[in-house]
Amino acid sequence: MSLSADEVKKIAYLARISIKEENIHAYAENLSGILDLVAQMDAVNTDNVKPMAHPQEMIQRLREDKVTEVNQREQFQRNAPATEVGLYLVPKVIE
Amino acid sequence: MAWETVIGLEIHAQLATKSKIFSGASIAYGAEPNTQACVVDLALPGVLPVLNKRALEMAVKFGLAIGADVPRVSIFARKNYFYPDLPQGYQISQFDLPVVGKGYLDIPLESGGTKRVGVTRAHLEQDAGKSLHEDFQGLTGIDLNRAGTPLLEIVSEPEISNAKEAVAYMKKIHALVQYLQICDGNMQEGSFRCDANVSVRPVGQKEFGTRAEVKNLNSFRFVEKAINHEVERQIDLIESGQKIVQETRLYDPDKNETRSMRSKEEANDYRYFPCPDLLPVIVSDELKEQIRADLPELPEAKCQRFIDELGLSEKDALGLSAQRDIAEYFEVVAEGSGEVKLSANWVMGELSASLNREDIAVADCPVSAELLAGLVQRIADKTISGKIAKGIFTAMWDGGGDADSIIESKGLKQITDTGAITAMVAEVIANNPSQAEQYRAGKEQLIGFFVGQVMKASKGKANPAQVNQELVKLLKA
Repeated sequence: MSLSADEVKKIAYLARISIKEENIHAYAENLSGILDLVAQMDAVNTDNVKPMAHPQEMIQRLREDKVTEVNQREQFQRNAPATEVGLYLVPKVIE
Repeated sequence: MAWETVIGLEIHAQLATKSKIFSGASIAYGAEPNTQACVVDLALPGVLPVLNKRALEMAVKFGLAIGADVPRVSIFARKNYFYPDLPQGYQISQFDLPVVGKGYLDIPLESGGTKRVGVTRAHLEQDAGKSLHEDFQGLTGIDLNRAGTPLLEIVSEPEISNAKEAVAYMKKIHALVQYLQICDGNMQEGSFRCDANVSVRPVGQKEFGTRAEVKNLNSFRFVEKAINHEVERQIDLIESGQKIVQETRLYDPDKNETRSMRSKEEANDYRYFPCPDLLPVIVSDELKEQIRADLPELPEAKCQRFIDELGLSEKDALGLSAQRDIAEYFEVVAEGSGEVKLSANWVMGELSASLNREDIAVADCPVSAELLAGLVQRIADKTISGKIAKGIFTAMWDGGGDADSIIESKGLKQITDTGAITAMVAEVIANNPSQAEQYRAGKEQLIGFFVGQVMKASKGKANPAQVNQELVKLLKA
């Protein structure tokens, strides 16, 4: 399988990773290699294999519906580049 | 050309838990920004989501109430997209194996009768935070209190044929989630939201037309207006030779129009995959049976019982059973007073009007069902007239105590004593000789004038039927 330059660009965009034009060819080759590796599994007969949602043979534990967290806004917001009136500030997201 | 509309609705019901779906932070409405967003909601490195048991039980409850298949195993999946109010970079939702499978609802049609609408599935997911686009130094403010709030997304089959049916379906779900006490149904606060997938096709065509998803429908009225508008827009486009673009459109209630949300179009590639942080969720047969046993009487069953056992008309029964708290209030009034029809009239009339006017819930009503039952009894046993009763109701609303003590303290007891009524009637006739003359000369509509005078003289307390009877007797004498 060989990914096109456009597919590489789309994958990069979806992951919000900025890539250089001159590296696209190398990315395409590397990613195609990974896809080829995974594609080898198509040769295995999986007729009687149930789809697996999780590699561990365990079931989800549940928590009681209780409020256990306290307000730690001040502490959390010390990590934020910008805050105002308790809000985290981010670059404008509406056009 | 004749067109046919195809609508599918996605309803998001916020589950009435105390804590979030995957963390122990509170979901109480109206808190200071970011004071209810913990490490899990902020998606700090190394945190793990743990599913809220109550949220799962509520989803199962909904599934059982719509006759849906509730499978033993369901799994959570990641829906990947970037937005600043989604700190994880993905929403934990369900894709392949949702907690609730195929079910159905019967909705009332305007033309009478009902229509069965399929529910494709319902799945659990987490809500995102809120973006505030007011100007913060040219930046956007993010409040993550809502991030991680449990939602049940209820997806209908594309079996709804017009805006009216869409509203009927939405109302039905709205009543149901409140009956089940899994969602408070508060649309202003966003606890109950709806998106509509709308398309049109020529009548007779089998394939669906290209659909548009209309968002931001937070009232029944907007759902109807937005769908009607969108249907018109699509027909106009097709008839003028253009094509419908599959896209997300935002409804603007001020302008009554939908407009394209272009920003979302290109990134519509969510790359769902099973969430590795959450193991498969098991709903055991025991849990399912326990929840089934605890299901309340549902609106349709209650409505039918009101008709069959209490003898209410279908219209009254429908009106009274639509909301669980109103229905339960009515049952207490009817039982306490022993007067079914009169209780129904008062609950749907004076009580509902007052609740609407003051914009309060039944739970906060200053007139308890027991108090209203006492009032209804006094109307039934003719201690007071219906008109006087309205005044007493207002007094009870303002904290005046029970009906009997108000009647007593204000001297409102209806006058049914024939002697007293005869005396008043005689006096009114004596004071109005020319009207009496005209009446005797054949102007019988003057009876209304006399009744009015007597009622006025008795301060509304005389029994109107008796007054009428006495007047006719004395005037004709």
